[in-house]
Amino acid sequence: MNQTLIVQGLCKWFSTSAGRFDALSDVSFGVAAGEFVAIVGASGCGKSTLLRIIAGLEQPSSGEVLVDRRAIAGPGCDRAMVFQDYSLYPWLTVLENIRFSLRLGSRRRGANSAQVQNAAERSVLLMELMGLTRVRDAHPHELSGGMRQRVAIARALLSKPQFLLMDEPFGALDAQTREVMHDLILHIVALERPTIVFITHDVEEAVYLADRIIVMAPGPGRIDSVWPIALPPALERTQDLKRSPAFLETVHEILGRVRATSGLQSDLDALRRLTGHAVRAVTTIM
Amino acid sequence: MRSPVWTIRGSLTRKLYWSIAAASFCLWIVAWWAATALQLVDPLFLPGPGAVVRRFDLWLRDGGLLKDAGISIFRVTAGFLLSAAVALPLSLFIGAYRPVRAFFEPLLEFARYLPAVAFVPMVLLWTGIGESSKILVIWIGTFFQMVIMLSEDVGRVPMPQVEAARTLGASGREVVILVLLRSAMPAMFDTLRITLGWAWTYLVVAELVAANSGLGYAILKAQRFLQTDRIFVGIIVIGLIGLGTDQALRWVHRRLFPWAGVRS
Repeated sequence: MNQTLIVQGLCKWFSTSAGRFDALSDVSFGVAAGEFVAIVGASGCGKSTLLRIIAGLEQPSSGEVLVDRRAIAGPGCDRAMVFQDYSLYPWLTVLENIRFSLRLGSRRRGANSAQVQNAAERSVLLMELMGLTRVRDAHPHELSGGMRQRVAIARALLSKPQFLLMDEPFGALDAQTREVMHDLILHIVALERPTIVFITHDVEEAVYLADRIIVMAPGPGRIDSVWPIALPPALERTQDLKRSPAFLETVHEILGRVRATSGLQSDLDALRRLTGHAVRAVTTIM
Repeated sequence: MRSPVWTIRGSLTRKLYWSIAAASFCLWIVAWWAATALQLVDPLFLPGPGAVVRRFDLWLRDGGLLKDAGISIFRVTAGFLLSAAVALPLSLFIGAYRPVRAFFEPLLEFARYLPAVAFVPMVLLWTGIGESSKILVIWIGTFFQMVIMLSEDVGRVPMPQVEAARTLGASGREVVILVLLRSAMPAMFDTLRITLGWAWTYLVVAELVAANSGLGYAILKAQRFLQTDRIFVGIIVIGLIGLGTDQALRWVHRRLFPWAGVRS
C-alpha cells in the first residue's frame, strides 16, 4: 500500500519527580493517501501526544515521522491541525479567520496574484460549504461551538493540506451538533479526499467516520489493536447507519477493547463497604 | 425573594451602575460638607468644600493651576510612554521565548521590589534636578511592574491560537506579531491603563523632592504655608485627571477591541 504518512518506532517520555513517565512506547503505523484513520483510547494513552508529534508541535524522544519518506522537522502547512477549542482568532471575523494563512509569508512567497485570487475564492466556497455565509462578518465570540469548529476546519482546509490532523475536534460539542459535524466531515472526505488522522474518545464517532481505527492503550501509551472498518462510501453513510446491527456490533467490540485496556472499573466491593459503613454509622447514631 | 442585583456576581443595568456611583460621590461630599459645616473638625485639618472650591477658582484664575497640572501631565506622560516603549517589545519577547524569560524574569521580580522612592537621591545625583529626574523616577516606579504584567498578558494567549498558526505555516516572527501581540493587545492595553495610575503616584514623589513646578510641588509648597485647602485642591485635581484618563482609556478600549471584555 502506498503510505504517505509513516510513524516509525515513536517513543515519548517525560522526566517527572516520580521518575520517567512513558507517554508513548514504540508506536508504529502507516496511513495511505486519502485514508481516514481514527485513533481512540482511554485517557492517558498518549493519543493527543502522538498527534502533536505528527503535527510537529512536539519532538519525539526517539523514532520519527515520515511524510512522503522524508522525516518531518517541525510543523508545516502540509499538515493542518484542528484543535478542540480556543484556536480561532477572536479579533478576526469568520471570513478573516478562514483566510488567516493568506497573511503568512510562507503562502505569499512565490504565489502569483492568480493563486492568491484563487485562494480567496476558495475561502468563500469553503464558507458556503460550512454554512457560514450568513455569519461571514461575525466574530468568534458571537458563534456557537459548532460554528466555531466549522470555521476552524475551513481555515485548515483553505490551502488544501495533504493531511488534516484533528484532535478531538467535536469533544466540546453537544450530541446533535456533533452529528451534523460528522456528516459535514464525510462530505469533505468525499469531495477533497484529504488524508485524515482523527483523535477521539467517542468510539461511535470513530466507527462512523473512519476507514480504520487504531485503539491505543495507556501505561505506557502504545497501539493495542487496529480495526479496519468497511462502511459504505462516505456520501452514502447516514445517521440511520448508526442503528444497524453490524455498526453496533463493531462499536461494541472496539469499546470492549478500549475498556479492557483502560484499567478502570467500578469497584463493587468498595461500594459495598461504603454503603455498609453508612448503614452502620446511621445505626450507631440512633 | 432577593433582588437579582444582590445575587453573587448578579447583573446591573448601566443606568443603575452609574446612579450608584454618582450617589457614592455625593454621599462623601455631603459627609465632608457636614463635618466641616457643623465644625466637627478644625478647618485647618479639614477645609470645607466651599473653601476648597474658592481656592480652586483662585488658583485657576491666576493661571498657576493649569500650568502646574500641565507640567505634571507632561512628566507623567513622558515617564509612562518611555516605560511603555521599552516594556512593550521586551514583554513580547519574554512572553514568547523561554530563554528570554529566564534571563529577565527573576531579575525583574527583584527589581520591582526596589523602592522607587529610595532611588530619588541617586536619580538626582545621576540626572540633576531637571525634567529628566522626575521622568526617571516615574520610569523606575512603573517599568518593572509593567514588564512583568505585560509579559503575563502575552503568556495568557491560548496555546491553540499559537499552535494553529504554526500548523498553518507561520514563522516564529509571524506568530509573535500576528498572534501573540494581536491576541494580547486588549489585555496589554488594560495593563497600561492600570500602570498609568501608578505613574501619578511616583510623579508626586518626584515633585515633592525636587521640583519647582507641578501639582506635587504645589502641594509641598502649600504644606509650608499651611494652606490645607490648596493641598486638597491639588489632591482632588490629580484624582480627577486620573479618573478622566481612566474612563477615556476604557472608552478607547471598547472602541478598539469590541471583541474583548474589559478587565476591571
